[in-house]
Amino acid sequence: MHSQLIILPILFQALIAVILLFLWSKPRTQRVVSVLGSGVSVIISALLFSQVWNNGIQTMQIGNWEPPFGISLVADTFAVVLVLLTSVVGFAVSIYSSTNVVSSRVKFGYYAMFHFLIMGLTGAFLTGDIFNLYVWFEVIIISSFVLLTIGGRKAQLEGAVKYFTLNMLASIVFLTAIAMLYGVTGSLNMAELSQIIPTIENKGLVSTISLIFFVGFGVKSGVFPLYFWLPASYHTPPAAVSALFGGLLTKVGVYAMIRVFTLLFPISGVNQTVFIVIAAFTIIFGGIGALVQKDMVRTFSYLIICHIGFMIGGLSMFTEMALVGVVFYMFHDIIVKANLFLIGGFTFRIFGNNKLSEMGGLMNNYPKLALLFVIPLFALVGIPPLSGFWPKISLFGASYETSNIGLLVAFIFASFITLFIIAKIWNQVFAKHASERDDLVKLKYFNQFTKREKTALIFPIVFLALITLYYGFFADHIQVLSERISYELMHPNEYFEAVFNIKNETTQ
Amino acid sequence: MEILLAIMTGILYAAGIYLILRRSLVKLIIGIVLLGNGVNLLIFLMGGLVKGRPPIIPEDAKHLEGLFADPVPQALILTAIVISFGLQSFAIVLIKRAYKVVKTDDIDAMNETDRI
Repeated sequence: MHSQLIILPILFQALIAVILLFLWSKPRTQRVVSVLGSGVSVIISALLFSQVWNNGIQTMQIGNWEPPFGISLVADTFAVVLVLLTSVVGFAVSIYSSTNVVSSRVKFGYYAMFHFLIMGLTGAFLTGDIFNLYVWFEVIIISSFVLLTIGGRKAQLEGAVKYFTLNMLASIVFLTAIAMLYGVTGSLNMAELSQIIPTIENKGLVSTISLIFFVGFGVKSGVFPLYFWLPASYHTPPAAVSALFGGLLTKVGVYAMIRVFTLLFPISGVNQTVFIVIAAFTIIFGGIGALVQKDMVRTFSYLIICHIGFMIGGLSMFTEMALVGVVFYMFHDIIVKANLFLIGGFTFRIFGNNKLSEMGGLMNNYPKLALLFVIPLFALVGIPPLSGFWPKISLFGASYETSNIGLLVAFIFASFITLFIIAKIWNQVFAKHASERDDLVKLKYFNQFTKREKTALIFPIVFLALITLYYGFFADHIQVLSERISYELMHPNEYFEAVFNIKNETTQ
Repeated sequence: MEILLAIMTGILYAAGIYLILRRSLVKLIIGIVLLGNGVNLLIFLMGGLVKGRPPIIPEDAKHLEGLFADPVPQALILTAIVISFGLQSFAIVLIKRAYKVVKTDDIDAMNETDRI
């Protein structure tokens, strides 16, 4: 089914970004435009989602070039849900930024870059062309570089050097893989590639190319042993930026991995072993890394790595049930991780610090806020009926069924470590008596904010926490959605038929 | 010609990775630039080399006949060059700023954000 609506989320973000560039020196107007624009883009994404949900996979050929010659945009259920979640997180972060990001940063084009980043993410989810995916990845990293360095504090620049080097390297590796793939197949259209690759006789070469892709995406998503840039940089920018990065940037790497390793290189043989081992190590190293941190936001950075391992592990098992778990986990993780970083920025405004030892007394001083913050924290552990619990059932079940006991042990280990870390954060931040606050830090503290500014900080957290609660209490909706996505991912023929507009006899 | 290009690509990759592994910021950037050029050559090579047959349809014909150069890799390289140009100029400004603020170009000394 052809639909022009697919390109609208991308174009709309580009439009807002360009408008914001013209409002360069007017931070107040920029904030209003950004929040309104993000709100409208949630509606557009929801429209696209409802269209795909009702009518199946939608495609669009840019410039009306017949596939495989032009660039195809493909909106299958997986892609549109991620587009929807991106715009939801974008909306929340945009509101949060209006207090969290100071005007001097806004005057250096913070909001414009923010919308370019969202545009890049949306494009990466919707594209059906592997080189176009590379281009969207570059859009994402260049805007994330600017967001990371804007402000130019020492820690930011140090983090940016590491972030820059490894992400640039990942892009080069990814491009190398594309070059080799093009040399072997002569095509860049993912739907066509899914038909050509199984016919290639040189299986060794195909396997090599697939592993180069894995390295490229692995750096971006932060798998062991390629994750070191992530904890070195994610805590340095303002909390709004960290939330966007933590929620979405690593997930786009995972998305690309899921797309490539279901559509182009279905996982089997050596790849499967490699994936399982790497997933287990990612979980263990991320978990242990989080355990030793003394700073709350850095703990969250390591937890990202740990939970990326869940998704890679689920993908590596490559059964429909495992993919249901992966997809559900990803949806849950995007919302919860973004929310955790927003909370990190919030507590920074309360305590002037994010060191666990210098925080405390949140439960006594701000009981309502404490209750709010507990929702994403508990969802992260997967306390039933919150959202982290449901995908874990599928993941544990799948690893037991495919008798990947090592992976099962890693999953359980990670769950316990996460529980332990959340308990530690609970003790240090919520329950412990507050130590004397050192107001010498030059910072506008939470109680100095006006009512409007306080609302702008609290509303996004409430908004994302409500979504987490929805995931938890209406898990059957998400489960049905994940099952449909997983079915689509395991049957790449439908993707191919949608792109090439082949009428399927059975569906008519 | 293919052999020459293949060797050239290999040299660029090797030199790029070697320079990235050094401790100096400037060498890091040069390494990334070399790697970027290496990958462009690789795309060019993987597209297949055809000498003197541009993919232009003659006026009296409807479509291309016989052997002709594949235009796609060239378009890809062009895109990749533009992107890497932008990224590299950003990188150069970034290391200049980083050098001014951190006051060292030794990457090993930039360990502030990794400390627990």
